[in-house]
Order: sequence, then C-alpha cells, then structure tokens
Amino acid sequence: MSWAAVLTLGVGTYLLRLVGIVLRDRMTVPERVERYLDLAATALLVALVATATLTEGGGFAGWARPAGVLVGAVAAWRRVPFVLVVVLAAATTAGLRILGVP
Amino acid sequence: MRSLTRTLHADDLRDALALAAAIAVVGASFGALAGTAGVPFVLMIALSVVVFAGASQFLVVAVVAAGGNVFAAVAAGLLMNARHVPFGLAIGDTIADRWPARLLGAHLLIDESVAFSRARGSGPRGRAAYWTCGILLFVFWNVGAIVGRLAGSAIPDPAAFGVDAAFPAALLAMLLPALRRADARRVGLTAAVVALAATPFLPAGVPVIVGLLGLLAARTAREES
Repeated sequence: MSWAAVLTLGVGTYLLRLVGIVLRDRMTVPERVERYLDLAATALLVALVATATLTEGGGFAGWARPAGVLVGAVAAWRRVPFVLVVVLAAATTAGLRILGVP
Repeated sequence: MRSLTRTLHADDLRDALALAAAIAVVGASFGALAGTAGVPFVLMIALSVVVFAGASQFLVVAVVAAGGNVFAAVAAGLLMNARHVPFGLAIGDTIADRWPARLLGAHLLIDESVAFSRARGSGPRGRAAYWTCGILLFVFWNVGAIVGRLAGSAIPDPAAFGVDAAFPAALLAMLLPALRRADARRVGLTAAVVALAATPFLPAGVPVIVGLLGLLAARTAREES
C-alpha cells in the first residue's frame, strides 16, 4: 500500500463521481432521457441490493443474510419506521447466526 | 447551510443516523482489517477520507493483506466505482445549484446518499436529505475506521451484528417509493436477475454495472406502438 495507490483510487473515484454531475449540468435533458436516467439509478440500486443480499465473493452468501433482508423488506413494505427496518434486518441475521445458520 | 437546516425533517435526520450507526460498524471492521494488513495508520485514514467508497476500500486492503498487486486492485476498485457516473447523471441537479457546493457534494455521492435522497424527491427535502445522509455517513465511516484501527483485534466480526443484512434492507426500503411505478419494477427485476446471473463470472462490483441492462425492460407500451 502506497500513497500512489491511495491517491489514484481517491482521485479516480472523485472524478467518476464528478463526471456524471458535470454531464448532467452540460446537457438539456429531455423528459424521456430524464426517465431513463432515473431508471438507470433504480436499476443499479436494485442490482446492488440483489447481489449484496445473495452473494459473497462470487458465491452464495448463506441463508442468514437473505432471511434478514426479507424480514426488513416485509417490514418496509408494511410501512414500519425505517430505523426499525434496519434493526429488524440486522437482528434477524444476527439471531440466525447465533443459532448456527450460516 | 442555514437553508439546509431549515428544510431538514427530524424524521430524515433520525433515519440518516440509523444508517450512520450501521456504517460506523462496517468502518470499524475496515479499520481492523487495515491494521491486520499492515497498512500504516495515516495511509488508512487517507484512504478512508479520500476514497469514501467502502467496497473498493475493502477490496484494495484485502489484496494488500494477501500480498497481491495493489495497482491491479486499484484498477478493479475504480471499475467498481464506475457506477457513480450514472448516479451523478441521475441526481446531479439535486445536489446543489452552484459549483463550489457541487464540487463538495460530489464527494458525498455514495449508494446510500443517492437512495436516501431519491426516496424524498428532487426538491428541497431531497437536497437536504442528500447532504444530511452524505455528511453523517462520511463522519461515521471515518470515525468508525479510526476506532476499528485502534481497537484492532478487539473488534468483533460485523457479521455477528448482521450489518451485512442491514444495508441491502435499508437500500430496499429507500427504493420502495421508486418501485411503485410498473416500469421501475420491470427494470429493477431485470437488473437484479442479470446482475445475479453475472456474479459467478465477473469481478466484484462489475455485476451491479451490468445490471444497467435492466433498462432494456424500460420500454412502455406507448413507446412500442
């Protein structure tokens, strides 16, 4: 690990963050494109949820984590306050792990 | 800043704090891992402050710990962080109106702040939510990393607390308003299936970007006719 590595990743990541914001500012976005940009963010976030829920290092994450996410999802759908959604998901997974579920 | 506090809802602050508490736990595990990997203290703090993208930080430190090629890991981390480009395109207007604030706000662009803001619309509330979530998570992530680094092996595995389930559940909860639309549900479902199918074959973080193929399901009946 070196300063060169840290700065390359840091500056590179910042530029990736900035480029979308700059492009957005530079163009006039028609309504149809606006819809696609919004859907792109949804696509990425749902894909992130799916992979973070079910996979770990390219394989299956085990049952405890998806069970916790499922409990959190049901709670969110039932309009349980957000803080409780987070706590319920974590507690479910932690509890299952204590019981020996991978 | 005054306008931020004026438009900030107490509920939004509470919700952002819940996310921040969870991210502090993950930050602590990152700090502990960096210590085990032998990353110098100052470098670890620099990495956490300057990069502020958890998954890519874990990736780089894990490669260092395993004695692998750091620059290959940095390249992989940058590829992983490419998803920030479409995020910026989607909510660039929400962040701020003027460039100094935008340059600062760009650094707070993370999965959670994007989802948190979008769940509250693109108006003043969405903007206040973006900054609140971004600033809190930035502070808690870095403080967590320092605590974890100092506590070292005394830090339990975050898996024991189930935080790995807390984040996807939180993101999903924040996505629910967007998923009320049928086209968003179609796109989201397709994105999830594509990303999961790609996971065994692609490096970490890339399947999520491949999830953009979910946009192929965006066509509405009106556009097709």
